[in-house]
Order: sequence, then structure tokens, then C-alpha cells
Amino acid sequence: MAKRIEVKDLDIYYDKFLAVQGVSMTIQPRSVTALIGPSGCGKSTFLRTLNRMHELVPNARVEGSIVMDDDDLYAPSVDPVNVRRQIGMVFQRANPFPTMSIYDNVAAGLKLNNRRLKKSEMDDLVERSLKSANLWEEVKDRLQKPGSGLSGGQQQRLCIARAVAVQPEVLLMDEPCSALDPISTQAIEDLMLELKANYTIVIVTHNMQQAARVSDTTGFFNLQGVGKPGELVEIDETTKIFSTPSQKATEDYISGRFG
Amino acid sequence: MSTSTTTPEQDPELHTPLGGVPLTAGQLPRGAAPGMLVASAVAGLLLWLLAGWAIVPCALLAAAAYVVIVYTWSRAVEGPRKATDRLVTAIVSGAFLLALLPLISVLFTVVSKGLERFDAEFFTYSMVGVTGEGGGIYHAMMGTLIITGLAALISVPIGMLTAIYLVEYGRGKLAKAITFFVDVMTGIPSIVAGLFAYALFVMIFGPGVRMGIAGAVALSVLMIPTVVRSTEEMLKLVPNELREASYALGVPRWRTIVKVVLPTALAGIATGVTLAIARVIGETAPLLVTAGLTDGDNFDPFDGRMTTLSVYSYYEYVSPGLFAEASFDRAWGAALVLIIIVMVLNLIARIISKLFAPKTR
Repeated sequence: MAKRIEVKDLDIYYDKFLAVQGVSMTIQPRSVTALIGPSGCGKSTFLRTLNRMHELVPNARVEGSIVMDDDDLYAPSVDPVNVRRQIGMVFQRANPFPTMSIYDNVAAGLKLNNRRLKKSEMDDLVERSLKSANLWEEVKDRLQKPGSGLSGGQQQRLCIARAVAVQPEVLLMDEPCSALDPISTQAIEDLMLELKANYTIVIVTHNMQQAARVSDTTGFFNLQGVGKPGELVEIDETTKIFSTPSQKATEDYISGRFG
Repeated sequence: MSTSTTTPEQDPELHTPLGGVPLTAGQLPRGAAPGMLVASAVAGLLLWLLAGWAIVPCALLAAAAYVVIVYTWSRAVEGPRKATDRLVTAIVSGAFLLALLPLISVLFTVVSKGLERFDAEFFTYSMVGVTGEGGGIYHAMMGTLIITGLAALISVPIGMLTAIYLVEYGRGKLAKAITFFVDVMTGIPSIVAGLFAYALFVMIFGPGVRMGIAGAVALSVLMIPTVVRSTEEMLKLVPNELREASYALGVPRWRTIVKVVLPTALAGIATGVTLAIARVIGETAPLLVTAGLTDGDNFDPFDGRMTTLSVYSYYEYVSPGLFAEASFDRAWGAALVLIIIVMVLNLIARIISKLFAPKTR
């Protein structure tokens, strides 16, 4: 588990509109990489290219290369469905399947893919996943209840459990805490620190304190102006970005002098 | 902005001060409005009974009198806003009653006349050899159920698959064209659908053909657009986040549709389908030309004429024969049975949507 991702000269397009330009970075395994930057600068767009969710938008496409260990994710022979099986994703708004119970939500990755497991193995997997999402104690007595009956923070952790259950190599998180209260945020941040022992984690966040707290590496995205493409300004160790960034724009942004 | 709030008197045109208006206002005495309503109703009733006027002008006059009096009175005592409120309330309630009137009237007529023939014979006998009293609708009931069932069997898969294509896959010209033609099909007069099905079967079996399945085809021409429309709306309601959640787990698109999108929308789709069935089950014209009428039991939709409740009711009424009274009773009875079937279908739709709706606890 946990693989390294190399991004090289990545241009991301929506039809003819160049949304993000020239991104090159290395995402280290077993670490948390945070992406920060103002709204509309292409952080989420970039994140979605990492597991080929971006191309679900009609006419969206990328140029450049993303290599996970030795596999080019955008090689013609690569099936995006298989990419997504190895690179899981947690979304900004918790989105448990409303027709499924808590148990089935966690098992969804396998059940929807028609992977059959023995009942006991499936029970084990669900328990392990819920435990690694720090949710087991809260829901173990109501596994057959609908997942949409949980609180917002619990739903988000359920979604993390669901993503972890398929044992991906990489976990992408798109502002996972932006709709949550501080307590739930704390729970998910703790979770990230635990998960990074086994997974490569990339998180997009608007909360710079959060980036400083959880990440090992931080990348700063910015855009020159309205209608211009977003770009990666700099990426470095988190401590360095937040103390002595090499770019003026980064310093302005993290010190609140932005715009 | 900030200056205008501190000195409002500078620009009175833009800033009508709301301050200074008294918080209290006059009020009509308790029960004044209902009292007026009763009074004008009684006045209308007296005009009808004693002065011998027709009932409709009496009712209209009473309603107008109530509206005018209450509005003027309320305007004088309570001020213009309250008065407008009372005026609009009166108009809205009036419209509601007016809309309800034909509905209740129809229900009352059908129930009172239809109940004449709600006996065991009516539900167990066909019309073979019946010239006077007696006879039943067994063959027509079965015909309606078989033909409508077949129509549903044809149109539900086609309609649902079309809707899935339009929502999940359809892009560009083809999808636009399909949407357009579905809209056009929604407006097809039912007799045209009947003639289409008839012409289709004439091409295969020769002129004069009458078959239950031809009726089912005619009905599905009417039903498919409704099913497409309602399924499409329901699929569009499924949040895109659920699809993305499924894709992010590495679930292929078709599985996402079958296992995530459809179950989420199932309650709405089932309701839509049931309502579409209820909509076509009472069709007469297309069945008249395609399935025809027969006196005896015929439960084979691929062989010969088949009676349905609506066509049965129609014929009993337009060609009653010698014993007209018995014929009319049968027509009303068949109509009542049809209404009951539609009502049951609506109830089923509600139960289904309750059962399948995503639960939160």
C-alpha cells in the first residue's frame, strides 16, 4: 500500500478553457500533502485529475503525465475505473448512499463491484474500516440503520470508512472538514494522522491552520487573475511554507495579506 | 446608504419612513366575517326558494355580496392591507370550491348510479346471451387488466431505458431529438394512437383485425412518454454527489446506475409508473378501434376481440337495446369499477413510494 505519485507538466482543460497550467509535483507515500490556495484556483480540479474523476465532466481533458510508482495513469491502455479503485476519494459534502445501511455503505465498494466475501470476512472488513475511521464505537449497535441518519461529522467519517474499505493506495480528500464543527474536524484530523501510516493522503483545504497541523508537505495554488489559469506557485515542506516561503505570493496568502 | 439611514428626510421619495405608524389597528368583531358568509348564503337561499330565481345566479350573487360587504367593511375598520387579505382569501377559497364542485358531482353521480348493480352476478358473469336485465362485467374487467398490464409491460422498460439514456448518457443532437419527440408524443390525441396501432396490425394481419395486444400497443404509445418524463425527472433529482461517490469507489458507470441511481430514485419512478397506468386505464377511443367489443370471455390478447371496461360502458350507453334501464345501470356500474381501480392504483403508488423512499432512521 501507499504509492508515490509524480505529476509532470500537467495542463487541465474544461473544453477549450485552460483551468490549471503546468503543475509538476511529487507526492510522497505515507505522508499528508496539503493543497491550499484561494477559491477557483484549481486545487479541487487538480485533485480530481489524480484519480481521473475530472474527465467525468463532458469535454474535460488533461495534458501532461501523472505517474503512480511506475504506472502512467493517463496511458491509453489504463482503465479509469481501475485507477479509481486504487485511489479513493472523500468529498467536501458527506455523501453516504441514502438507500443503504451503515454496514452496506462501508461494504459498498466491494458490494457494488460484485466482490463476494464470506459473511464473517465482510463483517471483519466493515469493523476494521469503521475502526480506522474512528466511528466503530459510535455505530456498532446500529449497523443496520440508514447511514443518512448519522450526524454530519459521523457521515463524513462513514465516507472515509467507505473509501478505506476498498484498501486504496492513495486517499484524496477534497475539503473534508469544511462543513463540519471543530470537534468533528479534530476527529478527522486525528484520523488523517493515523491513516498516513498506511496511505498516501492528499488533502485540499481552505483552512491554513489545518494544513499546518496535518500535512508534511504543502502546495500553494494561485491564479494570476480572472479568466487566467491556476498554477502551482510552490510546494515544499509544510514548516518551510509557513515560516519562510520562497515566493512573495505564498507569504502574502498565508499571512492574510492576499488580494 | 449609511447617510440615508441617518437623515431619512433628505430623500422622501426613496425612503418612506415606516416609523410613526401605529402598532395597533382596528379589528372586525369576532365572527363578523363568518357571520357575513352565513348571512349572504341565507339571503341567496331565500332568493332561490322564495323569489324563485335559478340557483346559479343566486349563489353567485350571494358570493359577490359577501366579498363586497366584507371588503368595504374591513377597509373601513382594519385598513387596506387586511381588507386585501380578506378579498384574496375569499377569491382563492371560491376558486377552490368551484374546482371541487364538478369533482364531487361526478363522484356522487357515478357512485349513486353505479351502486345499483354491485351484486355478485355483476362481477362474475359476462354478457353472453344477456338481452335484458342481469349480465356482468367479468370479461370487461379481465380485459382491462390484461390490456393495461400488457401496455405497462411494453412501456415501462422502454420508457425507463429511454429516461436512463437521456439522463445518464444522452448528449448532443440525438438526446435533444428524443426529448423533443417525447414531448410531441405527450400531446398525441388518444384516437391517433389507436389508429396507429390499428394500422400497424392491419399491415400484419389484414383489415378488420381486432386484438387485445393491438389495444396494449395503442395504450403504450400513450404511456411511454409519461413514463419517460416522470422517470427522467426522478433520475435528475438524484444528487450527482452519489454518482461521484460511487465512481470514486471504482464502480463502473452501468453498475452505478443500476445499484446506486435507480434504487435512490425508485420510489419516485414507481409512483410515476403507477400514475401513468392510471392515466391510460380509462382510455376508450384507442381501444374501440383496436380491441373492439365482445360479449363473452376472451382472455387471450393475441386472438380476437377483447372487451374493456371503458368500451363496455360506452356501448352499454350508446346502444342500450330494448331494456335501456338495465343497460344504463351496467354502464354506470362499469364506470364505478373503473374509478375504484384507478383509486386503488393511486393508493398503491403512495404505499410504494413510502416503502421505497430512502429512510433516515
